[in-house]
Amino acid sequence: MKTHITTTVNGEPEEFLCETEQTLLDILRDELNLTGSKEGCSSGDCGACSIILNGRLVCACLVLAVEAEGQKIETIEGMADGEELHPLQKNFLKDAALQCGICTPGFLIAAKALLEKNLNPTEKEVRYWLAGNLCRCTGYDKIIRSVLNTAEEMRRK
Amino acid sequence: MIYERPNTVSEAVEILSKSHEKKSILAGGTDLLVQMRSGYYRPSHIVDIKNIPEATQIRDDGDTFLVGAGVPGAQLSEHVELIKAWPGVIEAMDLIGSTQIQGRATLGGNLCNASPAADSVPAMIAADATCIIAGPNGYREEKIENVVTAPGVSSIANNEFVVSIRLAKFKTGRADAYLRFIPRTEMDIAVVGAAVCVLIDKKGICLNAKVSLGAVAPTQVVIETAPQILIGTRLDEETLDKLAKAARASCNPIDDKRGTIEYRTSVAGVLTKRAAKIAFDRAGGA
Amino acid sequence: MATALKDFKWVGTRAVRPDGVEKVTGRAKFGADFSLPGMLIGKVLRSPHAHAKIKSINIEAARTLNGVKAIITGSDFNELPSEWVPAGEVQINFRDLSRSIMARNKVLFEGHPVAAVAATSEIIAREALALIKVEYEILPHVIDVEAAMSPDAPILHEDLFTAGVEPSPKTASNIAKRVDYSSGNIDDGFKEADVIIEKHFTTQPVHQGYIEPHATVASASEDGQCSIWTSTQGQYVVRAYCSEVLQLDISSIRVTPSEIGGGFGGKTTVYLEPLALALSKKAFRPVKMVMSREEVFRSSGPTSGSSMKIKIGARSDGTITAADVELKYQAGAFPGSPIMPGCMCALAPYNISNAKVVGYDVVVNRPKVVAYRAPGAPISEYAVECVINEIATKLNIDPLDIREKNAAKEGTRALYGPQFGAIGYIETLLAARGSNHYKSKLHENQGRGVASGFWFNIGGESCATININTDGTAELVLGNPDIGGSRASLAMIAAEALGIDYNKVHPIISDTSGLGYNFLTGGSRTTFAGGLAVNEAAEDVVRQIRERASKIWDIPEEAVTWEDGFVRPAGTNAGNFEPLSLADVAGMAAKTGGPISGHAQLNAQGAGPGFGTHICDVEVDEETGRVTILRYTVVQDVGKAIHPSYVEGQMQGGASQGIGWALNEEYIYDEEGKLQNAGFLDYRIPVASDLPMIDTIIVEVPNPRHPYGVKGVGEVPIVPPMAAVAGAIADAIGVHLTDLPMSPPRILKELNKKQ
Repeated sequence: MKTHITTTVNGEPEEFLCETEQTLLDILRDELNLTGSKEGCSSGDCGACSIILNGRLVCACLVLAVEAEGQKIETIEGMADGEELHPLQKNFLKDAALQCGICTPGFLIAAKALLEKNLNPTEKEVRYWLAGNLCRCTGYDKIIRSVLNTAEEMRRK
Repeated sequence: MIYERPNTVSEAVEILSKSHEKKSILAGGTDLLVQMRSGYYRPSHIVDIKNIPEATQIRDDGDTFLVGAGVPGAQLSEHVELIKAWPGVIEAMDLIGSTQIQGRATLGGNLCNASPAADSVPAMIAADATCIIAGPNGYREEKIENVVTAPGVSSIANNEFVVSIRLAKFKTGRADAYLRFIPRTEMDIAVVGAAVCVLIDKKGICLNAKVSLGAVAPTQVVIETAPQILIGTRLDEETLDKLAKAARASCNPIDDKRGTIEYRTSVAGVLTKRAAKIAFDRAGGA
Repeated sequence: MATALKDFKWVGTRAVRPDGVEKVTGRAKFGADFSLPGMLIGKVLRSPHAHAKIKSINIEAARTLNGVKAIITGSDFNELPSEWVPAGEVQINFRDLSRSIMARNKVLFEGHPVAAVAATSEIIAREALALIKVEYEILPHVIDVEAAMSPDAPILHEDLFTAGVEPSPKTASNIAKRVDYSSGNIDDGFKEADVIIEKHFTTQPVHQGYIEPHATVASASEDGQCSIWTSTQGQYVVRAYCSEVLQLDISSIRVTPSEIGGGFGGKTTVYLEPLALALSKKAFRPVKMVMSREEVFRSSGPTSGSSMKIKIGARSDGTITAADVELKYQAGAFPGSPIMPGCMCALAPYNISNAKVVGYDVVVNRPKVVAYRAPGAPISEYAVECVINEIATKLNIDPLDIREKNAAKEGTRALYGPQFGAIGYIETLLAARGSNHYKSKLHENQGRGVASGFWFNIGGESCATININTDGTAELVLGNPDIGGSRASLAMIAAEALGIDYNKVHPIISDTSGLGYNFLTGGSRTTFAGGLAVNEAAEDVVRQIRERASKIWDIPEEAVTWEDGFVRPAGTNAGNFEPLSLADVAGMAAKTGGPISGHAQLNAQGAGPGFGTHICDVEVDEETGRVTILRYTVVQDVGKAIHPSYVEGQMQGGASQGIGWALNEEYIYDEEGKLQNAGFLDYRIPVASDLPMIDTIIVEVPNPRHPYGVKGVGEVPIVPPMAAVAGAIADAIGVHLTDLPMSPPRILKELNKKQ
C-alpha cells in the first residue's frame, strides 16, 4: 500500500504517493521529475544526491520518502533565484569547476550548506566539508577554489 | 513493508511488542537504508523514532546529558557544552561518514548497528557512557560495553529500543580523545579506532583512565590493564609505550578487505599512544 | 622548433562553457534522467560465480509474474564469427562482446549477465530476477595474471591458442597473444652499462570510477525502427555495436547521447544498450536500464592489472644503454587488454638504442577490461619510470637530468616505428626544473618524486556542420559527446574561424542521424580531430560567404577576400564596396542562393604525441605507513591550450586518478573469485580532503599539423603519477616500492623490514 506524503519542495507545497522502500531520491527523480539530484551510489558514499532537509545537508538516497512528511526539502532546482543564479553557480561556471557535470548539483548544494554555516572557511575546512562529494574529473582543485572565491565574494557584499 | 512513526516511547514499545517478523528501528537510517538497498536486509516493519521527544533532544538531566538516539551527529557537533565535556566522543561521532551522513547518523544508531568498527562506540565506552533502553517492563540502563555482543548483534531485545545515551557533564581534569586509522582522510570505515579517557589531578598525575579499541576484535575492546599502567603517572613516554604494548596485546583482529591482523595490531598501539597524549593534554596535563 | 601561433580572439581564453548553466541548475539530462511514456524497467541477473558452466536456466516462474513483459537469455543472441576489427587505439571482437554482455554456455566472471528482465516497475523486475532459476556447475577459476599463465591454470576458453607465437601452440591456454618490439641488441647494450637495475612490478586493475552509472533507454517499434538514448562516449559506436550484436541494419538504429557523467574510456563499449533493445524488441515498449554502483564495479571496466619485469642499464653519466621490458596484462574474461599500447608506450619518452619489449595478453575470471585513460600506458610507463628513478638515485643524478639526457626529441625514432615530429618532452622537463615547486625545500619524513609520461594521442573520423542563421548566429552541429568542455573548445574554434562572437555560436551534440559518422570521444581526439572538422566546416562557410558576396557585388569570387569576419573586395580594382559582415551576408542568404551551411568530414591524421612531467611531494607517517600528498605539479605539452581552464582540468583530473591508482585503488577478491569491495566505500577513489591543490604548468609546442596547434591533452596526465608518487615515497623512506597500490599496510611492512 502506498503512503500519501505532504511536503515542501523548494518552497512549494508538494504531495506524492510512495512505497515504504522508496527513498526520497527515488521520489524526487521518478515522481516529481526533479532529476537534478543524481544517483551515483545509493549508499551515501558519493554525495551526488545531496539535498537540504529541514536545514541539514543529507543524501536523498539515505532518506525514506515516507520520512519526508511535513519536512522542508531544498534541491538544486531551487538554488537559483529566478533568472539570478546563486553566486556559487555563477562562480562554478566562471572558474570551470565542472567537467562532466554529474557531481555538480551535489557539490553546489553541499557548498551552499557550508557557506550558510561558515562564510569564511579555510581550504582545509572546505575540503573536509566536501569530502562526501566525489568528483572523478577535476581532482577537486577548481571546485575548492571556486567555493573559496565565492565565500570571499559573499563576504565582501 | 510497513512504516510507523510513534509519538511516544510507550507507543514505540507497543509496536515493537507485537509479533512482527523483522522490525527495524529507524534513527538516522544511514546503515539501515544501505542494508535494505543492497538486498542484504528487508524488514517487515520500520519504526521511526524521530517523532519521539526523548529520542530527538539533547537534555540536561542534572549531572548528566541525555542524548536522544535520533539526534544527528551534526547537532552534537554544534553543542558547545557537550564538546567541552566530551571532545573525544564528539570527534568520534563526527568522523563517521561525510557531512551528509552527519546530517542523519546518530550515536544510538552507531551503537545499535553493532559493528566492531563503529567509531563512536569505543569513545562512549572510554567515557563510561550508558544507554537508556525502553521495553515492555519500562526503562533499563546499560553500560555501552555491554551492548555489542558480536558483529551485528546487540543485547537489545526485539521488543526494546535505545532511547538515549547518558554522558556525564564536564569535570575539571578529565578529558577524552579518539583517533582512528583509515586509508583515506575521510569516508572510510575504521581500520583501527582508539579511545582514551583520563582523569588527572592538578599536578598532572593520572587518577583514573579508561581505554577502548575498535575494529581490532569481534566487539569493542576495553584494555583492562590500562588503569594500572596509567594511574600515578604523568603519561611519560615509557608509560605510553607500555600502554601501546597492552593495546597490541588486547587485539584479536581479522584479515579482511580493510586491514590485516598484523597491520591492525601494530597501528592499534600507535593510535592508543597518540590518543592518550591528546587526552592528557586536553585534561590540562601538558 | 615549431612556428609560433598568431594571437587569437577566442582561442586561448577562458570563456564560459555553452552547456554550463544547464549543468549548474540540474537541468542537464544525463543517462538516467530520461523517461518515456509506457516505459518498462529492465534488470540484469548476474552470475554469482567467477567461473561456471550454465547447466540450465528456468524462466517460467519469472515469465508468469504479473508485470513482467519480457525476458532474455543467451539463447536470444546470435553467435557471431570471431574476428578482430580496429576500434580506435584498441581492437574489438564482436563475438566476445556479445558473449561478454550476455553469457552463453559458461559464465566467466562474477557479475557476468545470464538473463535480463523488463517489467512495469523496478520492484517487479527485481522480484522476477529472484524467480529465475539457474543451475551452475562451478569450475575452478583464476584471478591473478601469473597464475593464469601457469600450465596447470583453469582454462577459460578451450579455443584460445596464443597468437603471435611460432609455431602456433597446439594446446589452448589463457595467453591470448604475444607481442614484441625490439631494436639494436640488448645484450650488447647491457655490456656497455655501468649500472643495471632489474625489478619486478605488479599493478592492480583499477576502475574508471565515473560517478554516473551506465544508463540507457531503448525503444523498438513494430516497423523495426529502434531508438536508444544513452550515456556513452560515442553514439555512433553504440549504434555500430548494437547493429553487430543484434544483427540489425545500421540505419534502423538511432542513438541519441545523453549528457555523460564521466567515462574515462569506460563508456566506449556497450553493456546495457543491446540488452535494453533486445527486451524492447520483445515487449514493444521502451525499456530503461540503469546499473547500480555495485553492478558498475562487478561488471564494467576496469583496466588491466599486470605483472612486469623491467631491466634497464645505464652508463655512469646516465646514458641509458639498454632496456628489456616484459609485460603481462590481464584482459579480463575475454582477450583484448591494452597490451599493444602498453608495449608501444613503455619506452616512448626515451631514445634508447638497444631495447626489447615483449607483452602478453592474458584472460582471467574478471570482467573484460575496457579502455581507461591512455589505455595500457600508465601501467608499463609506471614500471619503467620507477626503474629510471632508481638508476638516477644509484648514480646520484637528478631525476630530471637523467630524463633530459635520454629524452626523445624531434627526429627520434620510437621503438614502435614512427619518427617523432614537433614534440615537447624536453620542454616539460625544463619547465619542471624551473618551477618553484622543484626548488622548494622538504622536511623530515618528506620526499619528492618526478616521473614523465607519454601518450600517442589519436585522430580519427569526425564530421561537423555549421549552419549560419539569417542573423549571423551559428549552429554548430557536433558528433562527439562532451565530457569535459569540448562544446566550449570547439565553439571557440568555430568563432575564431568565422570571425564572430563566441556567444553567437551554439553547439549541439547530434544524434546518429543528424551528422555523419564520428568516432567516439576518447584517445584525446575530440578537440584535435573535432577541431579540424570544425575548422574545415568554417572554411566551407567562408567559401560560401565569399561566393555570396561575389554575387551581391557582382564581382568574381577570387576578387572577394575574407578577413577578421568581413568580406571585402580584394583591392580597388575589384570594386569599391563597403565590407560585409557574416551577418550581413547571412541576412541576404535566401536571395543569393539559399541557406549557408558549411560541412566537413574527415579522418584526422597528424595527432601530436603528448608528453608530461609530474612533480610530487609526500609525507610518510612512519608509524602507520600513511602517505599524504603535500604538493603536486603537472607539467604538460598540450600543443595549444584552446581553453586553458579545461586543459588544466584535464591535467588535474588525470593526476588525481593516478594518485588514487598509486595509493589506494584496488580490487579485492575472495578465494571464490568474488569481489569484496564493489562500492565507493571500499573502492577508495580520492576524496577532496585527500588532495592538495594540483598546480599546472601548460607548455605549448604547437602541433604543426593542426591549424591551432592542438595536441591531445586528456590521456597523458594519468601516466606519470604512480611513478612520481613511488619516487616521492622512495625519497622519503629510502625504499623503492614495486607493487601498487602503495597502501599503508604495504608501506608499513617495508618500513618494518628496513629496521
